Amino acid sequence: MPSCLPSIAGRWGPVLLLFLGLLPHLAAGQARFQTRTGLLSFFSASPLEDIEARSQQTAAVLDLNTRQVAFSLPVKSFQFRRTLMQEHFNENYLESDRYPRATFAGRLLALDEEALRAGGARPVTAEGDLTIHGVTRHVQVPGTLELQNGRLRVLATFNVAPADYQIDIPALVRDHIAKVVQVRLDLSCEAVAATAGAPAPSARP
Amino acid sequence: MALLSRFCFCLGWLLLAGWLPATRVQAQNTPPPPDLLGDLERQTTDTLRRELVAATFKGTRIINGHSVETPGGGTLVFLISHRFGTLNSGAYNFFGLDQATIRLGLEYGATDRLTVGIGRSSLDKTYDGFLKYQALRQTTGLHAIPVSVTLFGSSALTSLRYFDGLDHTLPRRLTYTVQALVARRFSPGLSVQLSPTVVHRNLVDTRRQHNDVYALGVAGRQKLNKRTALMLEYYYRLPTTADPSTRNALAAGFDIETGGHVFQLHVTNSQGMIERHFLTQTTGNFFDGDIYFGFNVARNFTLKPRL
Repeated sequence: MPSCLPSIAGRWGPVLLLFLGLLPHLAAGQARFQTRTGLLSFFSASPLEDIEARSQQTAAVLDLNTRQVAFSLPVKSFQFRRTLMQEHFNENYLESDRYPRATFAGRLLALDEEALRAGGARPVTAEGDLTIHGVTRHVQVPGTLELQNGRLRVLATFNVAPADYQIDIPALVRDHIAKVVQVRLDLSCEAVAATAGAPAPSARP
Repeated sequence: MALLSRFCFCLGWLLLAGWLPATRVQAQNTPPPPDLLGDLERQTTDTLRRELVAATFKGTRIINGHSVETPGGGTLVFLISHRFGTLNSGAYNFFGLDQATIRLGLEYGATDRLTVGIGRSSLDKTYDGFLKYQALRQTTGLHAIPVSVTLFGSSALTSLRYFDGLDHTLPRRLTYTVQALVARRFSPGLSVQLSPTVVHRNLVDTRRQHNDVYALGVAGRQKLNKRTALMLEYYYRLPTTADPSTRNALAAGFDIETGGHVFQLHVTNSQGMIERHFLTQTTGNFFDGDIYFGFNVARNFTLKPRL
């Protein structure tokens, strides 16, 4: 009965239309994750003194569809054990007035999205441009992704050499600061709709 | 009606047909990728966000006087201040280096804003104690606070033995200083401070001297590079309250910062290093060569780590 189909479509057509219109948004909404309160810490061990700092203001966006990731962090948000260290870090080494943000923009390599959705932590590598102290370098950073109750947990540990980013350490204190600083990233990102530029409603710190 | 439903049906299938390949294309990432970092920056670069303006001065002192800075919670500062003799005292005195006046001090940041300090000067064998509180801190952003204001109060006790026949009871040996330190960091390099001050002496030497001396301190810092800065400091005293046989304190200095130290080298016409001394007992004429070369060295110890 050829006249049957149009009559079904007649009743459900607008609903079908609405559903089809929404579908891409729903699918993409589960693919983009965002946070503004990610934890980033770094640690530098040297024979004389350990230096440690923490920031809870890492902003990050990860798009599982496009595999794109972006991180941004106000350099002044780092908290140190010693007040003087914090001052030196901002005034002398990172020059936070001139270079207020550290950023990373890149993409995820070899992400098995189905395995990720199946649960458990999945190793991934992010490749892209890391900008610190106004100097941009192309880097590969290993890490893990894990979906937990609709949130995306991102963990990564990697090394940064201050000399690579033209962070000048005077001879007098060169023994106090390690040649390589270990950076740890720990984010818990919530799912957001993929509409570009829309501000996240609740995540403001 | 039938026409409309057929139209909807066709449009529905058309859309579905159009959507399916679109998703496959999206998965392959062929369309130009959106500027994720740009979006993120636009969302998080919040110009309204309030942010503290830190490090208006390198140390808790400008040269002789205090700066708006406090050491911060849990930090103990050991301060050694030193003034040699006057430059014009001649080669016999090795241009002043034979003589020395020293003050040893400790100051502790009880909180980020409140500091408690003690000190002992060799000049007049004076003990001093002070409280310093950051009432306002300069910020940027929405409702920005243009200046930092630190309130300072101190008392000084001279422990000299007197042989003038007068009864030098404890109250008579005491001097008080109250100060409002108002500073602004105009740029990463330039900071300026105004310091209205009152010094009250319980006992003065002569009838002509006033117990209260009113003064206004003007000071500035210009950074030369990341670790060095030029400093200037002048305390103008209200002529009606200042003893005419004494002078206003003028000082110029050079700050060098290393890992855990701040070295301050300076020249000044004042031998004393606390308010009671440099505001009421400065006699040197800076431009006649009554210049004391001196330094402050501050060493910070973290008693309570902040992480």
